[in-house]
Amino acid sequence: MSNSALPATLVGSKRRVRARHWRHSNLAGYLFISPWLIGYLLFALMPILASLMLSFTNYDVLGHNILRGDWDFVGLDNFEKMFYHDYRYWKSVKATLNYVVFAVPLRLMFALAVAMLLNTKRHGVYFYRAAYYTPSVVGGSVAVALMWREIFQRDGLVNNILGTEIYWFGNPDYAMWVLVTLAVWQFGSPMLVFLAGLRQIPQDMYEAASIDGANFFQRFWRITIPLLTPIIFFNLVMQTINGFQQFTQAFIVTGGRPLDRTLLYPLYVYNRGFVSFQMGYASAMAWVLLVTIAFFTLILFASSRLWVYYQGDEGKS
Amino acid sequence: MTTKAIPKSTGITLTRRQRRLLNAVLYHFFVGLVGIAMVYPILWMVSASFKETADIWQNISSIWPKSLHLENYSNGWKGFGGISFTTFYKNSFIYSGFGTLFQVASSAVVAYGFARIEFSGKRICFALMLSTMMLPDQVRMIPQYILFNELGWVNSFAPLLVPRLGGAAFFIFMIIQFIRGIPTELDEAAMIDGCGKAGIFFRIILPQLTPAMITAAIFSFYWTWDDFMTPLIYLNSPKMYTVSVALRAFSDRGGGGATDWGAIFAMSTLSLLPVFIIFVAFQRYLVEGISTTGLKG
Repeated sequence: MSNSALPATLVGSKRRVRARHWRHSNLAGYLFISPWLIGYLLFALMPILASLMLSFTNYDVLGHNILRGDWDFVGLDNFEKMFYHDYRYWKSVKATLNYVVFAVPLRLMFALAVAMLLNTKRHGVYFYRAAYYTPSVVGGSVAVALMWREIFQRDGLVNNILGTEIYWFGNPDYAMWVLVTLAVWQFGSPMLVFLAGLRQIPQDMYEAASIDGANFFQRFWRITIPLLTPIIFFNLVMQTINGFQQFTQAFIVTGGRPLDRTLLYPLYVYNRGFVSFQMGYASAMAWVLLVTIAFFTLILFASSRLWVYYQGDEGKS
Repeated sequence: MTTKAIPKSTGITLTRRQRRLLNAVLYHFFVGLVGIAMVYPILWMVSASFKETADIWQNISSIWPKSLHLENYSNGWKGFGGISFTTFYKNSFIYSGFGTLFQVASSAVVAYGFARIEFSGKRICFALMLSTMMLPDQVRMIPQYILFNELGWVNSFAPLLVPRLGGAAFFIFMIIQFIRGIPTELDEAAMIDGCGKAGIFFRIILPQLTPAMITAAIFSFYWTWDDFMTPLIYLNSPKMYTVSVALRAFSDRGGGGATDWGAIFAMSTLSLLPVFIIFVAFQRYLVEGISTTGLKG
């Protein structure tokens, strides 16, 4: 560092060239990423291809050896059965879309509202943030799912507070709301992301707008929302992907009842694959899920050009 | 803001100070009230864990138990089928402990490879890595089960722990972002001093990664602790159950006699404790972790 005999620029550039050269190393690179690469090949790529292949077979796991070939290719039979002859399949598709369409936007709206409420320098705001985040910390657990199931019983806490006698799990119109409210209740992670985004909006923008006579709603629609669109987009993508994969809560809280109204897709895949052991059929279902998630993600990305507003490049590193 | 006129119709005029006080009171009242509503179901469960089963359903909305029934905890801990929760907790700590260790350690190694070393095919590997984040578990679950079944690993911890050795895309990405924020001058100085790439990782990068690793470890631990589907699929005998699977079996046993809800809620409450303690102790890391990964994503 203290080599002052050479011009600084020359030392710098030479060092940079050497550094770049030194940094390029295929062996070291692949060595370092090898845990992921091996894991990817064994536990992601291979299974994905295997499940594509399985979806064209009638394989079941009961006493059959896959290597010995105790299974047959059945062509598109699984898909045909799924799309044309399995009425439960469509019920589960409907339940899943219902769940995603309500749970994701409601959760995000709630998260944004709370984030705006907590975006203040008042005393005690850290305490509130912790309290509002608590349901999300414990929310993925079986314990909370069990609790949720019990508070929605006919003689449970929710009916008691509302003064109603709704049979939440027996009524086909209400059961989904038990799962949706549970999802909305866990708004913590998107809330924290929104909160970080709100902090980045320069305060003087609001002040300038106020001086120009903009009221709260105008400031919200013209400043907050446009500047938050990249974060709304991020949250929307992540939450949509997660929404399609909800399993534990549906399994514990409703188990798909009543009349398969809450039979979320992953739950049905599990039932077919690990309860009825129709692994070929379940693989076909899983592949449709993969394509569906990819499709919705692509749609969101394609639509982002129309509504996501990126502020110049200054903020980017 | 301060120039806004006070509504005349009320007939009450407040000084600026009074107005600010009123705003603060309204804010704390409203935000506090919603906050209590948010944690109320959890408080309800905790209080139910101290109640007599009859008391739970009779005074349903009450948070205060009539009398403390600590025996709910000792009754619940006995578990079922002669297997106590000691076993289930041991299993859960094995899964969460090793699972977290494997996942975070290899994520750090992989992240260093992506963040600091140039190699052919890096872009493709990176894109593949990111794409696994949107891969539904369902699509790998069945072939993985078949593979582990053929290997005779079902009903052991191997199917739960071995895939963790590959790290996790989410954490790899998070740590990459963190490493990118570390200046390269130190790397270069170490390189001139004859340090190899592994040396740079262990001596220069790793010591600075602590905050990112703690954040990753917290998330990894609590996702693993809560994980239900993987243990449900692979751990079939009650001896091997983790707390999450055991809880579900414990609450479903039904059969003869009244269900001991006090004991079920006691065990449910207890199962939240490890996650809750970590949340309280490391709140700062958690909040920063979510905020930064979210923003940089």
